[in-house]
Amino acid sequence: MGSRNVYLDNAATTPVDPRVLEAMLPYFREEFGNAASRSHKFGWVAEEAVEAARGHVAAVIGAESKEIIWTSGATESNNLAILGAARMYGDKGRHIITSLIEHKAVIDPCKFLQTQGFDVSFLQPNGQGRVSVEQVREAMREDTILVSLMFANNEIGTIHPIGEIGALCHERGILFHTDATQAFGKTPIDVEAMKIDLLSASAHKIYGPKGVGALYVRRKKPRVRLEPVIYGGGHERGMRSGTLNVPGIVGFGEAARIAREEMPQESKRLAALRDRLWAGLSEHLTDIARNGDPEHSLPNIVNISFLYVEGESLMMGFSDIAVSSGSACTSASLEPSYVLKNIGLGDELAHSSIRFSLGRFTTKEDIDYTVDLVVKSVNHLRAMSPLYEMALAGVDLSKVQWQHH
Amino acid sequence: MSYSNKVIDHYQNPRNVGSLDQGDARVGTGIVGAPECGDVMKLQIKVDDEGRITDAKFKTFGCGSAIASSSLATEWVKGRTLDEAEELRNTDIVKELALPPVKIHCSVLAEDAIRAAIADVRKKQEARVASAAASSPS
Repeated sequence: MGSRNVYLDNAATTPVDPRVLEAMLPYFREEFGNAASRSHKFGWVAEEAVEAARGHVAAVIGAESKEIIWTSGATESNNLAILGAARMYGDKGRHIITSLIEHKAVIDPCKFLQTQGFDVSFLQPNGQGRVSVEQVREAMREDTILVSLMFANNEIGTIHPIGEIGALCHERGILFHTDATQAFGKTPIDVEAMKIDLLSASAHKIYGPKGVGALYVRRKKPRVRLEPVIYGGGHERGMRSGTLNVPGIVGFGEAARIAREEMPQESKRLAALRDRLWAGLSEHLTDIARNGDPEHSLPNIVNISFLYVEGESLMMGFSDIAVSSGSACTSASLEPSYVLKNIGLGDELAHSSIRFSLGRFTTKEDIDYTVDLVVKSVNHLRAMSPLYEMALAGVDLSKVQWQHH
Repeated sequence: MSYSNKVIDHYQNPRNVGSLDQGDARVGTGIVGAPECGDVMKLQIKVDDEGRITDAKFKTFGCGSAIASSSLATEWVKGRTLDEAEELRNTDIVKELALPPVKIHCSVLAEDAIRAAIADVRKKQEARVASAAASSPS
């Protein structure tokens, strides 16, 4: 097999689908109008395109188009949902429930709110990365105003019992926000059936452009109101001011339309490729472990620990395959993944883990090439791993006195 | 993060991978680091009667820079006396491999591994001298 470039980091970002790019292009030059201009046809054309896109994004989650607020991305959506709800309903109560494995765009606004007199409960998921409805129920208090739990985790792909948690929140009159950045357009979501009040999504995870996101804000039963984070011209029902990014929004709309249309077949295709990857690796390698919950998982993410091998050095072995590692060495922080640590993986396994995230343009050949190269790299590194040598000699690594630095 | 060509070369063609007999009195072993920290280095040296290092082997669990640092360390200590090997500094490794600041700890670990191996073989030699003295007729 010759060298090829394989992109298996689709949970980080995706390339823009050519159909999406085609849809966007006219809105850069010919139809460049400001969607807020009501007095001429440049504005009307732009507004019409924005509204069509709103409909496509809403359709993915069973919402009404009026319930979609455009943002600059899921980070902004999460900030607006959490800070906006806290500022709007803070006089009703000052307790928020979230989890330890949320994206930083949820954790950090919650931590900020802790400095503003709010009390935040960070729930610990189980070993597969799932928070249960019982845990949420136990954490609820009289003064709880918001529950924010991600739909699916970005590192391990585990899907939370969102419908059950949504029903519980509605029963208690507590707002329910879900960060659906990874799940949107990949797995079925219905804000009505799942009783979701606020939902964050991003275009660039579904073959749309970067810099565009959406926040679903429920309009009835209950009507959710948010204090804005960005003030100005009162765009987006006053919740998010700023001239709309019309080409980006058109791209998001088209990406959402395609994702919704293709989801039934595409999710099956991705799950089959993901299973092929896992089966291929398990066939040729011992001492590997799949992290997450295979029963409740996105079809495109698989996270694997390769025992006795460090993640960054493993990635070096297949530099033409793009993946992510839970190892500290890939980040500036020198701390291994907090998500893997918080599902109880232990630092040494977190250092040995790789996330493979498949996408629309991943082929069977890509997977076979990946299996081949990963197997070679793991064997190359195990041959020089003192841990592997000790394990083969029957040493219990957990009982060794290591010399910590 | 991009790696220097030298790091990539040591990663792809590591020098002196392997193990020496830990029970041999002429072999010194240094194991430093911890799996939780993402680096474990095992570096071994073998000395002749003159105290010169005739062989060196390593095994490393860690990132590419850690592997390269220990691979380079084995190359550098071979042929040196223990005293000379002790003079090797992590900064020499940083320079040779063009390690970025975030990877300096890898070179520190390699220096520690060399020192631990030297200390181990010296301890064994002292024990040998002591037992030889004890068993010789007075």
